[in-house]
Amino acid sequence: MGERLLLRGNEAIAEAAIRAGCQCYFAYPITPQAELLEHMAREMPRLGRTFIQAESETSAINMVYGAAGTGVRTMTSSSSPGISLKQEGISYLAGANLPAVIVNVVRGGPGLGNIAPSQCDYFQATKGGGHGDYKIIVLGPSTVPEAGELTMLAFDLADRYRIPVMILADGLLGQMMEPVELPDPIDPASLPKKEWATTGAEGREPNVVLSFEMDPEGLRQINLDLQAKYREIERNETRCEETDTEDADIVIAAYGTIARIAKSAVRMARAEGIKVGLFRPITLWPYPSDALRALADRVNTVLTVEMSAGQMWEDVRLAVAERAETPFYGEFGGIVPTPRGILNEVRKHAR
Amino acid sequence: MPANTAEMVKVFQRPESLTDARFTYCPGCHHGIITRIIGQTLDELGIAGRTVGIAPVGCSVFAYLWYRCDAQQVAHGRACAVATGIKRADPNLIVFSYQGDGDFASIGTAESIHAANRGENITVIFVNNQIYGMTGGEMAPTTLVDQKTTTTPTGRDPKLVGYPIRFSEMIATLEAPAYVTRQAVFDARHINDATKAVKKAFQYQVEGRGYSLVEILSTCPTNWRMTPTQSNEHVANVVTDVFPLGDLIDRG
Amino acid sequence: MPRGTVVIDAERCKGCGLCIAACPQKVLAFSGNLNRSGYDVVHMENPDACVGCTFCAMTCPDIAIEVYREKVPS
Repeated sequence: MGERLLLRGNEAIAEAAIRAGCQCYFAYPITPQAELLEHMAREMPRLGRTFIQAESETSAINMVYGAAGTGVRTMTSSSSPGISLKQEGISYLAGANLPAVIVNVVRGGPGLGNIAPSQCDYFQATKGGGHGDYKIIVLGPSTVPEAGELTMLAFDLADRYRIPVMILADGLLGQMMEPVELPDPIDPASLPKKEWATTGAEGREPNVVLSFEMDPEGLRQINLDLQAKYREIERNETRCEETDTEDADIVIAAYGTIARIAKSAVRMARAEGIKVGLFRPITLWPYPSDALRALADRVNTVLTVEMSAGQMWEDVRLAVAERAETPFYGEFGGIVPTPRGILNEVRKHAR
Repeated sequence: MPANTAEMVKVFQRPESLTDARFTYCPGCHHGIITRIIGQTLDELGIAGRTVGIAPVGCSVFAYLWYRCDAQQVAHGRACAVATGIKRADPNLIVFSYQGDGDFASIGTAESIHAANRGENITVIFVNNQIYGMTGGEMAPTTLVDQKTTTTPTGRDPKLVGYPIRFSEMIATLEAPAYVTRQAVFDARHINDATKAVKKAFQYQVEGRGYSLVEILSTCPTNWRMTPTQSNEHVANVVTDVFPLGDLIDRG
Repeated sequence: MPRGTVVIDAERCKGCGLCIAACPQKVLAFSGNLNRSGYDVVHMENPDACVGCTFCAMTCPDIAIEVYREKVPS
């Protein structure tokens, strides 16, 4: 294993990307992910890799498209309004079957919002945001070490399935500092070559990267192929974590930093004799609906807690349906629920 | 084959770097001439095997069908950003973008300017026909004053929508670019000049000299409502007054 | 002047007429024959006047013209 470092979330993600063999990084400054950009600005040139501060988030995602098309590992990062600007590019990446990693350090919205943490981009991340029938893999870390691990996983998943992968973090995770142990770096040159990439057609038929097909039958087939890929990812890559759910009457459903706060609430509730557990999705797409459904069969209540007006809550309700009560506790504007605040909600539903 | 007692040699044929595909362009459209010039250049420099072309959105969206080299078809206006990504990922690749008025000078304004300002070692071909062809003939940033288009049906009124933009002149104010030129292909002499310019632009990239922009005045007989021959005369007699031909920068 | 001749790919020709205008020797004209796409294909009306200058081929937007020129002994 590699060294143990004290890093803030933004830096852990940046350093993990470097160790995963990220060859090209393109981004535009935006709070609260500036440290990610700055870490890449210092480290990438030192390693002979590409760092460009692009003229906009739109340009950055298109630089990612170009680099991804040549087969290298490539990443961009931004926060909510900047991710909105990238939606066209993300649709193109998905339609062209290109691997890439996109980091969203979510802030308060809508519009300019503020720079405090939020979880109000769940719909944007998991239900499209860009046009067309596509999905991207969405990973929701809840600790700084997990942010590093999931970033490295993101590059692997992106390459394995030729799909964009998003790290859905938030301003709290981006800023907080924890000890992180990252693995030894991967040499980008050691990564397997991509036969489909635009590396120069010498000695072979030309490769074309595109998401364009005028013939409806052709585009239908392209979409069927994408859907088949998404079903395969759903079968193989769904991840979640359950805590104290074996005998629970109430389960809190939460992801990211809120899940971590909810763990404290679970401990406090258990101390009061309330049988409560935590269901924490790690992949937000593909959403662990099967696991949640099975859990819902055994409990009375699934309480969704989110820093939003209720976005993941919709997927919870879809999975749980009539099997259990599905109340919601949300905060927005950058207000972060406290363990006591969550405990109060839990108490309302305890019997 | 020609029947003749003297020995006849072939002195003109399709460039090797182009495929056999039939162009989808309108009769008389200069896209075909410019595409042939690029193919000839790839042949002469022997670089098709390591070239990546970028197809924009517009009439030339199918550009990836014309060349025997790798290509990426990209979002409208973003070609210069994509070119940046490709070239930075692998500087050994020869990267060219091929864009029309809307792609390069309207929606792509930021990407076009900043790739030039960073001095990306790429070749940009900007096809300026003062109109949006593929979408049916709307005003372009380069549309002439009083020119009728579907979105300026009574003629471009500068009081409402400003004047035609001379993008190459704007790029020429930047320090980084190595070669910025405006050319035309409305007759053999100008085709020769344009061919030399395109070859220089690609040669500069091969030599690592930095960013090149070749703006090429073109026609749109369909949306100009002119015959191809009238369209060529329009470029020769009218358009070149607004968009002067020649090299604006040559730092090679 | 060396003599020349051109071969026009009838199915690529779109009858745009640029080659006719480009030819300094007035060799080319519309033939009146339509190809499968419905275009009036250009042909050599005055073949003897051709000097193989390649202006027609250079300007043809469909690269429909190949040009042959008499080899002049050096």
